[in-house]
Amino acid sequence: MCELAGHREILYLHQNVLNKNNQSAEKNRTLFRNLLAINLMSAPGAGKTTLIQQLIKHTHFRSAVVVGDLATDHDAQQIRQTEIPAVQVTTGNLCHLDAENVARAVGELELATLELVIIENVGNLVCPAMYHLGEDLRIVLMSVTEGENKSLKYPTLFKSADAVVISKTDLAAAVDFDREKALAYLSQVVPQTPVFEISARSAKGIDAFHAYLAQALEAKRLLRSLSI
Amino acid sequence: MHEVSLMCSAVTLALEQVKAQGRSKIHRIDLSVGELSGVVPDALMFAFDVVSAGTPAEGANLHLTTVPTLCYCAHCHREFYPMSLIYACPHCHHLSNDIREGKDLELVSLEIS
Repeated sequence: MCELAGHREILYLHQNVLNKNNQSAEKNRTLFRNLLAINLMSAPGAGKTTLIQQLIKHTHFRSAVVVGDLATDHDAQQIRQTEIPAVQVTTGNLCHLDAENVARAVGELELATLELVIIENVGNLVCPAMYHLGEDLRIVLMSVTEGENKSLKYPTLFKSADAVVISKTDLAAAVDFDREKALAYLSQVVPQTPVFEISARSAKGIDAFHAYLAQALEAKRLLRSLSI
Repeated sequence: MHEVSLMCSAVTLALEQVKAQGRSKIHRIDLSVGELSGVVPDALMFAFDVVSAGTPAEGANLHLTTVPTLCYCAHCHREFYPMSLIYACPHCHHLSNDIREGKDLELVSLEIS
């Protein structure tokens, strides 16, 4: 729609600035149609890579990992020790993964052979909130060492999550982590979101998280079989 | 931190439109910024000066309008504007996770010549 204002005119566009990313995310969603894709987000050092390693050890899923970091491929190397494919995306100065760099990374994977793609986002509790990658589930980790109030401090990211993982629970006593308080904050900020408490070191809690993912994959397959 | 790349996308969209209309100057850009979009308006303003330099958008007035978060209460089937980051329905006090508005960053309009 145009309105003339002298020789100047006003163009009404109403376009989402993230359109381009969202379109790429939709393409990824098509690539991921036969598998479950999850986007793991947290502050740096919350234990994403260790959780992934533990999950892979316990899972029967045919999995692959896309790892985002500003620099180095340390995390991808660490994951490859579990003998599953891992693609490192080095974002340079970019503080998050976007749908296009995920698309490039998954181009290196044989998606047809996979059931689970885990996308480990850049450690950051702000920027990844806006960028959809074409994932099925957005999962936010907070470690007990970060304190109880992460969800209050970064509500935007937590509110974008499908599930929350409280990680490093084996360290809870050492850092005086108040579990009840953390759960109370979460139940206020993200009232309907499931919360998993996991120690990747001891594998405590990993089964419930694994079951959650298995159920999500099952549900996706069922929906897909019904829509064909 | 990501405001520069978002502003880049917004200015690119704007420049494509100016070109498509056969015009050469952008005088004003209106953006709506959702309260929950994760964007800091001041950082957007700063980023705009940087990314518009040397383009037909340089020197344009950038207007930002904040879009408040709008929630839907599944319990009493009403929409409401939450008073804090805890989205409690003012009518029935149930907590809501259903966000209907306030997530997006939108290029609303351009004034061009």
